[in-house]
Amino acid sequence: MALRRRPVEGPFALILRSGNSDHLHCLTRAAEAQGLHRGMALADARAICPDLATRPADLARETAALMHLRRWIGQYSPMVARDGADGLMADISGVPHLFGGEDEMRADLHTRLERAGLSALSAIAGARGAAHALARHGGGIVPEGGLAEAIGHLPVSALRIDAETAQALARMGLPRIGDILSLPRAPLARRFGPGLVLRLDQALGSQAEPVAPEAEEPHFGVRMTLPEPVGLQDDVMTGVSRLLERLCEKLAHHDRGARRLRLELHRLDRETAQVEIGLARAMRDPERIAALFLKGVEEVEAGFGIEAMRLTAHVTEHLPPEQLGARAALRQEDALADLFSRLGNRLGFDRVLRLAPAQSKIPERSFLLTPAAYSEPEAPPPRTGPDRPILVFPPEPVTAGGIAHPGHPPARFRWRRMAFSTLRATGPERITPEWWLDDPAWRSGLRDYWRIETREGPRLWLFHTPQVPDAARAWFVQGEFA
Amino acid sequence: MPPEPAPTDPLALAPARVHEAEGRGRQAFALLQAARHAGPLIWVLAAHAPHLPMLRGLPDGVGQRLHVIRPGREIDLLWAVEEALRSPAAGLVIAEPSSPLSLTAGRRLQLAAEAGRTTGLMLIRAGQGSNAAETRWQCAPVAGEDRDSTLHRWSLNKNKEGTTGIWTVHWNGATAAVHLVSAAGKRHGAAETPC
Repeated sequence: MALRRRPVEGPFALILRSGNSDHLHCLTRAAEAQGLHRGMALADARAICPDLATRPADLARETAALMHLRRWIGQYSPMVARDGADGLMADISGVPHLFGGEDEMRADLHTRLERAGLSALSAIAGARGAAHALARHGGGIVPEGGLAEAIGHLPVSALRIDAETAQALARMGLPRIGDILSLPRAPLARRFGPGLVLRLDQALGSQAEPVAPEAEEPHFGVRMTLPEPVGLQDDVMTGVSRLLERLCEKLAHHDRGARRLRLELHRLDRETAQVEIGLARAMRDPERIAALFLKGVEEVEAGFGIEAMRLTAHVTEHLPPEQLGARAALRQEDALADLFSRLGNRLGFDRVLRLAPAQSKIPERSFLLTPAAYSEPEAPPPRTGPDRPILVFPPEPVTAGGIAHPGHPPARFRWRRMAFSTLRATGPERITPEWWLDDPAWRSGLRDYWRIETREGPRLWLFHTPQVPDAARAWFVQGEFA
Repeated sequence: MPPEPAPTDPLALAPARVHEAEGRGRQAFALLQAARHAGPLIWVLAAHAPHLPMLRGLPDGVGQRLHVIRPGREIDLLWAVEEALRSPAAGLVIAEPSSPLSLTAGRRLQLAAEAGRTTGLMLIRAGQGSNAAETRWQCAPVAGEDRDSTLHRWSLNKNKEGTTGIWTVHWNGATAAVHLVSAAGKRHGAAETPC
């Protein structure tokens, strides 16, 4: 995958950090030809092959790629399962004759994979264990009844046993599968546990081991091809509502609700227009979702006409069925969610906010603005301690006039080009900066907050920074009381 | 002349209409109205506005119901207010437009409020209201004589369906209850006979 994105000449390897050293995770043929092998420490590999190009391995994407390959292998068999981190296992009973035989089927698979730029090893065998072992040691096809001979020459580690058992077997002079096939079972089981015997039986086919494919993730996408291209907005919306009905049925079947939807309109000239909408909460009500598409569809240029539509819900959430009990409350909640969807789709969901309490004494950080679509209302903490203003803004300096005791509020001051005189002052309330967070606004040190009632009317929240040496610039307004 | 005792609450806003408040104390007036309205509250505030409602200072029961919409442009702000008014979900929609409201905009907002049965309150700068407003309040905080009083003078300057008046109230900013200050007569008289 990394190689496809950034093709490099010469030896190339993916590296994976395990413990505190890098190891080769996957490498190209060119690198293998230099004498490198999988699991080798990167330092050793660099010593052997100084011009080795490397990239870090991305295991999550690798798994995703394997799952895509699994879907693709579905053309050979309906039963495909993952086999370890790097393999796929398909149950092809009754399938090969469709391809003209096992040889042809395997050749077909390899041709197609090679065309896609993938190198793969494959094996066909009568038992899952044998196929697993053979696929990792050269590959091939095991004819009917030839299991024991086919895997006899392979090392015991191919049997899916743990490294300790394999090592112990090798130390006893039994490095190959063929060596333990002829041994009596009972002493083997007593010495190495039942696991080894079970794996041996699975490799020989005497113990059944079915291929169990994982359930497919449900895909919430529907499409519609139109017999004649359409260009009118009403026609498109009719199509959208038909698609939505099918999609919502599917969502309801899986107890899911859509959170983001994407509508792709394929035009006659092979252009694709996209309309994407977000929903303020998970829902699967076709009519309410259709209303949100209206504005986006209006803006789409239809050109020569739209011939196909595709609707996917690419972000979904769990949405269990709800009892329609409290009608009025439910209707209001629905109406609010609809309103937020409409506002969010035009303004952006990060502009539709809710106030959430936060654990901080710092006024600016005592509450958070969280997107209303992704949070639940939270009751603010009970009123304790000194009063808080109703409005808060970034600190604005005041020019103090008149004579005041040091540390006491000025008798007269000017703020926003208005003159105020202090009638009554309540305070101080000392708030110290949070030393674990470096906030530039709080570099001036601790603050003494005062509630100032002015003769002019406004009740202001002033603070004083006693640690600032210049006393004339030490008073600020940060809020207004009711 | 003291105002006649009105049978209804003088500070109640007519439902399903858009009102305006101006003056220094308009946000305090809006929060009192917020505490008096049930249901979700929506405060539309331009993203570049420096101030924000502070959660811990809001009246009881307002914090968890309040939603803040912060559109980037003035035209988006008016659109958001209209959408919020048109939706039946909100109990009260408060908005702070930064430019004068045209008659067209004011009329559209009234129609939206009627369609959604929602009450709106526009916090306008002095003299930037529209003639379509149902009522217009001039709000100012007043210095209190004694320590525990937080006085506000709220004067109703324009009322399409009723009388105007001036009320001096004591509201501490924590609950939905206000006390009309009995000395209002003096100020009312002074306002009627300017000398």
